[in-house]
Amino acid sequence: MWQDLQDCLFDAPFTVIAVAEEGRGAEQARPWIEQARPAYPCLIDSDHRVSALYGMVNVPQCVWIDERGVIVRPPETAGSTDHFRRMDFSTRTLAPEDAAARLAARAAYLDAVRAWVRTGKHALPGDEARARMPVITAEMAQADALFRLALHLRRHGQAAEAGEHFAEASRLHPDSWSMFRDAMALEPSGLAGGAAFWDRVNALGDKPYYTPPDL
Amino acid sequence: MATVLTDTGTHAVPTAGGLMLAPEDAERITGWTLKPEGMCREEFCVPVPAGMKQGTHIDVAAFWRHLGNPVASDRAGQTWVLGTGPGERQSALAGLQAPEFVLPDLAGKQHRLSDYRGQKVFLTTWASW
Repeated sequence: MWQDLQDCLFDAPFTVIAVAEEGRGAEQARPWIEQARPAYPCLIDSDHRVSALYGMVNVPQCVWIDERGVIVRPPETAGSTDHFRRMDFSTRTLAPEDAAARLAARAAYLDAVRAWVRTGKHALPGDEARARMPVITAEMAQADALFRLALHLRRHGQAAEAGEHFAEASRLHPDSWSMFRDAMALEPSGLAGGAAFWDRVNALGDKPYYTPPDL
Repeated sequence: MATVLTDTGTHAVPTAGGLMLAPEDAERITGWTLKPEGMCREEFCVPVPAGMKQGTHIDVAAFWRHLGNPVASDRAGQTWVLGTGPGERQSALAGLQAPEFVLPDLAGKQHRLSDYRGQKVFLTTWASW
């Protein structure tokens, strides 16, 4: 969906930069990128470095950065919604009203990005941007170190020990879905969407999986 | 020989047990230089407690923790991660300047965030999983 954004803003000083948080490496992302054939940079982040640097906890999340390299919107959900939690699991489809609401939320977010690029609307003043910035705790920093260690060990044939460090990273940083999901064994579909994922989603109760952006 | 992962890359270093490194190796991977007054980076020096030195070598893992930074290692003590502590990371975000990174695309070409200065950037993450 980001290509539409790039296409309609082709005449503006603007770019999407899409970063694939792929702990198993570039080949996992390759089929998706080659199919989408994006005109914007699509980068491979096999250590989840961008998530760590910006305090991101899920995908897709985004940050808006102005022409001076200043963050004008801290990490927030990029157009996704929680409607998937109510899907019909036998058919893996959404109720029509949920499907419509999901599309509307995505369209509203893309409209907001376009408005920002054209007029500057939705860029936050510095104090507000600062107030919305994620708080990095000592536990999160330790989790990032353990997660990076685990990714390295998994890539080097030490999956069993990697699993222990993944688990400790998720324990220290329970809000990070990216750590939890990249650590999971993949389903045949390639998704980290097995029972452990749904148990964790259901345990959220009233809390969102994708926190709606406050535009 | 140990593998040390830092924010600047992956380093192979000889150790004298644990992450006990010769000063020149410690400097190469951390940017901190051992001087008579302590470990120094530019004009700033941190005294090194006696227990962190063994002969000419320095316990870089202990020093890194002493700075308030995270350290992780595998059970064999062969692979180490020296991370960046919460204070430094929070200050960087509070400054609002987008943290710099360099990452490859599928073709292996490296892209630096600051290469895109002068444009508005919509930085977004995704994953196949």
